[in-house]
Amino acid sequence: MSRVFRSPVGVSAAALLAAVLLLAVFAPVLWADRAATIDTTQILQGQSAQHWAGTDSLGRDIFFRVLVATRLSVQLAIMATAVGVLIGLLLGAAPLLIGARAGRWVTAAVNIAVAFPGLLLALFFAVIFGVGMRGAVLAIGFAVAPSFARLTHTLVSTVADRDYVHAARIAGVGRLRVLARHVLPNVGEPLVVNATVAAGGALLAFAGLSFLGLGVQAPQYDWGRLLGEGLNGIYVHPLAALAPGIAVVVAGLAFSLFGEAAARAIGLRTVLSREPAATSQPEPAQPMSAADVVLAVERLRISFGPVSPVRDVGFTVGRGESVGIVGESGSGKSLTALAIAQLIEEPGRVSADRIEFLGQDLRSAKEHRRLLGLSLAMVFQDPMTSLNPTHRVGRQLAEVAEQHQGLGRAQALARAVDRLRAVHLTEPERRARQYPHELSGGMRQRAMIGMGLMGSPALIIADEPTTALDVTVQAQVLALLQEIRASDGVALMLISHDISVVRQVCDRVLVMYAGRIVEDLRTADLAAARHPYTRALLAAVPDLDTDRGKPLTVIPGRAADPAQLPPGCAFAPRCPLADSACVASDPPLAVDPGGHRVACWHADREVSR
Amino acid sequence: MSELRFEEVSVRYGTRRRGHTVVDGVNLTVASGTVVGLVGESGSGKSTLARAAVGLIPLSGGQILLDGRPLPKRTPLQMVFQDPYSSLDPRMTVGASIAEALPRGAFARNAIAAEVTRLLELVDLAADRAGLYPAALSGGQRQRVALARALAGRPAVLIADEITSALDVSIQGTVLNLVRQVQARMRLTMLFISHDLAVVRYVSDTVAVMQGGHIVECGPADDILSNPQHPYTRQLLAAARSGQR
Repeated sequence: MSRVFRSPVGVSAAALLAAVLLLAVFAPVLWADRAATIDTTQILQGQSAQHWAGTDSLGRDIFFRVLVATRLSVQLAIMATAVGVLIGLLLGAAPLLIGARAGRWVTAAVNIAVAFPGLLLALFFAVIFGVGMRGAVLAIGFAVAPSFARLTHTLVSTVADRDYVHAARIAGVGRLRVLARHVLPNVGEPLVVNATVAAGGALLAFAGLSFLGLGVQAPQYDWGRLLGEGLNGIYVHPLAALAPGIAVVVAGLAFSLFGEAAARAIGLRTVLSREPAATSQPEPAQPMSAADVVLAVERLRISFGPVSPVRDVGFTVGRGESVGIVGESGSGKSLTALAIAQLIEEPGRVSADRIEFLGQDLRSAKEHRRLLGLSLAMVFQDPMTSLNPTHRVGRQLAEVAEQHQGLGRAQALARAVDRLRAVHLTEPERRARQYPHELSGGMRQRAMIGMGLMGSPALIIADEPTTALDVTVQAQVLALLQEIRASDGVALMLISHDISVVRQVCDRVLVMYAGRIVEDLRTADLAAARHPYTRALLAAVPDLDTDRGKPLTVIPGRAADPAQLPPGCAFAPRCPLADSACVASDPPLAVDPGGHRVACWHADREVSR
Repeated sequence: MSELRFEEVSVRYGTRRRGHTVVDGVNLTVASGTVVGLVGESGSGKSTLARAAVGLIPLSGGQILLDGRPLPKRTPLQMVFQDPYSSLDPRMTVGASIAEALPRGAFARNAIAAEVTRLLELVDLAADRAGLYPAALSGGQRQRVALARALAGRPAVLIADEITSALDVSIQGTVLNLVRQVQARMRLTMLFISHDLAVVRYVSDTVAVMQGGHIVECGPADDILSNPQHPYTRQLLAAARSGQR
């Protein structure tokens, strides 16, 4: 809630609301007598120094009556909102409370009720419940309920499907308890916000009903009644009607604005972290003749505010080479790929000594869209979200050729079909006319790869391309990537958390930990990995020959948090070899004569167990 | 501990006319004190079978028996879910989540804390974690809490549904070791579900292979791996083998 007070609107809304509530509590205590004093000598007077807003037909001071009426007006609005919220909660949570089948009927009824305007419902109920305060509270409460029920229903149904709710049900926790303990606390914030806004609406609605004579009855009075009385003489002394009118507007605004400000504050919740990461030495990129280099990266650094999830990463990818990047979540492997494709967005910042793709410097502000569009292909993890669900597959592929190669519509479509054939989709003509949801996950991923092949790519960056696929399909997609690489001399950068996937496809592996490359070695040398982290990663994954009698090797502790990196080696807290040198300073990525790079003070040392 | 038996179990989604069968006539026995590993791809029906067993999804045919008797209304089965980020209530402390799953009335009010501590220690978590909220824990630690919560219910059978697939590889090993250690110590009857054949093989005594709602092959883990009969099992094995050299 403290975020509410960061915006000017939030501050003023909160101040206004506090003033209204204070007035509601204290005004009747302080000024009830003055508001009730009848002075027959001062009937229907206009504005004067004695009576700021004039007097009514019995000579009572209108200004003080407006102040005193605050309590009843606000009280009734809150009561009506409470009734509405309670009924709304029960109706909205009905599917959870009485089961899905019966709940469906309740939901249908709510959906119909939502279609009627609230004030119309309020008038309808006011007639049913009769004229008077109680009737009006119920009427407005019932009118508020449907929209609140709908909101509750939507919020609850997302939470009710969470596994913790399932777990509680398996544990035998009753339905009401599940609702009270697990569901409502997790949807509470938006509900409270909306209740506040609804209270503002209820205040207005109540004033309306009282004004019409359906709400508060004499001798009690609220703003609506004062307004109704004042309106009779609006041409004689307008302030008698304006004063309660202004009160209604101000109080209504106070509730609504505060609710809006709170809603925005909740929506804005982001994690801001501090602490700048320590800089470390530049990492030597491997020497390679310039003509063979597709991609060269030196000292790449990606920062989000003070946090740098990628630090001083440097590597080169040669023509036709396949390089795997392996790391756990948060290691910076996907960010590295996005930075190369120029896809890091605000507030992220990319800096590097060098990012060269096919000899062109990608750091300069020049337009690289054409170069990247034609020569760089990206394949993402989830093909369902990277293909537009509303366009046919063929059209989406053709768009690339129309944009970057200037082909005509028919030509582009023909190329799309040809590319779909190249990625071994069966019946490519028919597939091109289908929508993404009509294809299976494996077929969609093939189509994505086909899209990358619309140009003549020199590099394919595949970010976890098989993680969402089944194991048997995964093998086919990997084989396809391998085939494309071999036939067209395309370089491949394969990013994966799974070292066995990288092993199947890549010549070389970059192992990342906490935003740095800790080891760079040939896939064939994995058995002789030098960094303790690489060795532990390999040992931690069971394969079909793992000894079932022994526990698996584990890496103790948890992955490094890029916001809180230690001054030394980031892996030191989890490393069995770590000593004071490791804690004191971060080891540089040193290269040996074989081109094998490793960042460890104790590379090659055996772990004693 | 007790034996869990699925007899001709079918689960159908949708209406009678329009809808599809996700689990089709499954027969499977989880013998007392053993681990049966259920392996299959997404959509094969393995998770649906698990959810049906704990009563989250109604059966459309067949029955599930515990020691030869139909399951009672208050299920004696417990489940650990795939996603450690949605399986713990973010507004409840770890201790409260575990305490909620304790059999009602089995512990006096002042004995609950001690039992929660015992369960946390069983899954290698320090007792002071009980006061933390899930947000303060890593994925692996959350999964341990989820396991402790499942054990709190004194389950006759424990069902583990893809419990490591949302975890990083370095954490996966820790959780698998823990599951094996707890299973061996308590002689738990367990149904262990995963898409990863190597993981299933490491944990299970018996392996059942599921495809398209059917169990296509079932037998002792070593037999299935050394002598697979069904072509689909061979395909899975080949895919798993290609990743290791």
